[in-house]
Parts: sequence; C-alpha cells; structure tokens
Amino acid sequence: MAKGKVTFNEDACKGCELCVTVCPVKIIELNKEKINGKGYSPAHVIDQEKCIACGSCAIMCPDSVIKVERL
Amino acid sequence: MTIVYEKSRGLTDVPFHYCPGCTHGVIHKLVAESLVELGVLGDAIGVAPVGCSVLAYNYFNCDMQEAAHGRAPAVATGIKRVHPDKVVFSYQGDGDLASIGTAEIVHAAHRGEKITTIFVNNAIYGMTGGQMAPTTLVGQKTTTSPFGRDEALSGKPIRIAEMLATIDGAKFVERVSVDTPANIRKAKKAIKRAFECQLKGEGFAIVEVLSSCPTNWGLTPPKALDWLRDNMIPYYPLGNFRDFEEGK
Repeated sequence: MAKGKVTFNEDACKGCELCVTVCPVKIIELNKEKINGKGYSPAHVIDQEKCIACGSCAIMCPDSVIKVERL
Repeated sequence: MTIVYEKSRGLTDVPFHYCPGCTHGVIHKLVAESLVELGVLGDAIGVAPVGCSVLAYNYFNCDMQEAAHGRAPAVATGIKRVHPDKVVFSYQGDGDLASIGTAEIVHAAHRGEKITTIFVNNAIYGMTGGQMAPTTLVGQKTTTSPFGRDEALSGKPIRIAEMLATIDGAKFVERVSVDTPANIRKAKKAIKRAFECQLKGEGFAIVEVLSSCPTNWGLTPPKALDWLRDNMIPYYPLGNFRDFEEGK
C-alpha cells in the first residue's frame, strides 16, 4: 500500500470537516487545541504513518488547503 | 516523492470568501484544473454571475468579466464572438441562471453559442440569505417558504439540464454532483468534456453541478452533503443528457 504525506495550510482551513468524513483510514480530525486566524479549529493529521496517499481529503477540500504527496 | 494533489495554478492566491464547507470551492477547483489540464488557461475568459460566486473573478487565474444578474451567457456570447479563438465560460448559480437569467441561457443554447456554462445548483438563494429559488425542492424550508415549498403555490422545481437537452444547439449537457470524492472525479470529467465541446467548435455546453449550501440549509457541511445525496439526487438525476459524439 502506498504511503503518503498530507500537509495542511492551517491558516486557510475553515474547519468544515469534509476531509474528516471522506478519509478512508480515519486519520484526520479537527485540532481543538488550536484556533487559526480565521477563528476556526483547523484540520490536522493524527497518524501520518497510516496515510495511503489516496488524495480524497484534498479532492474534497473546498479551500485547497491540503497537499498530498506519495512517498 | 510525487505530488498527488496540490492547489491548482488555475486559481489565484486569494482565499475564497465562501462559508465553511460550501462546495463552490470544489467546483472552482474543478474548473481551474480542467483549464490547466487542457492547456487553455492562458486563453480562457470567464464570466462571473451575481450571487454567492459574484467574486469568482478574484479567484480564477485567467481573464474574467462580471455580468449583470442572469446575463452571463449574453456577455459570454459577446466575448466569444469578438474573440472566437478564446475559451469562454460562464459560471452561474441557480438564482442567476434558473431564475432571472432563464431567457439568456435558453437563447444562448438555442443559438448554439460556442461557450461553456458551469451551472451550480444548490436549491436556494445563498447570497441573499436563503430564499426559495426555482430549484428549491417541494417541501424544502427556506426563509420565503417557512412551511416548505408548496407545489400548489410555487410548482415543482425546474430541471435545467433536461430542459436544455431538448434544444438542438446544446451539444453537451450533463448533471453531476460533488458530494463524494468519486462524484467529484466524475464532475471534473464532465467539465473537461464541456470545454472540449467548445474547443472542437461543436456548440453550447453546460454542466449542472449539484452543490450544497450548509449555511442556508441549516446543516453542518457533512450533513449538507448527506441531504444533497438523499433529497436532491433523486429529483435531479445525475448523468449525461447529450454529448457531441454519438453514443458517448
């Protein structure tokens, strides 16, 4: 299974959670510890190792916050 | 390391003003990616509507023109006729295209204008605060139909794709949705094909994209997409209604 790396432009995230719902390996959640400049809790990855580089989160993100790379 | 997905260069660095979870952003990305992949970003001229996407001219990394409410197909017609070698598209919502601009879209299709229209249907007027649109579903509550749309009073919602597919000048008509990554991929394919229709000089092309409005529907973004899937897709069936190549 391909390994991936997901990076979030956290300042641009609006915390809509669409990436959270489409991730097939359930490794994305909103970071409730943090509030960005827009006033939202941005999404972040909780277990990078499990990423399969499918790109679903990035395809779903309305604000082009996510970059996905295949290792 | 290979890049699977990153922000398209068909979009500017201006952050979208859309509400969290609004799928306008997804549809913007698909249009931008299609223009880049077809190699026509530098030749593209877009026409922005009135509605939530009124500021679309700030977001697409190509020449843009703002049109009066509903008149985007007429403005696009003018641009395309003066610049037949450019790729001209209009980006319109349902309040713009299916209500005040119905005459313009029907006649642009009827004349077979070689433009591409991206029609975003979210079944409500978003920008003005959630009033009933011609596309609002029967029973759907809005600020102007607080007890739900009444069929006896307002009729049934208008199906634009089916209507335009009856017009000979419309050479590509498809309805897609952006509720799941799989459907988003299909939507992009349709949008690309709609631009190909124009590049081949075939005639008018339109893609109706079912979209969500979490804010005015009063739902969280993920629940809004569930609502779209459960309520809109049964009334607005997805699929191709017309293609410029027989049997496609």
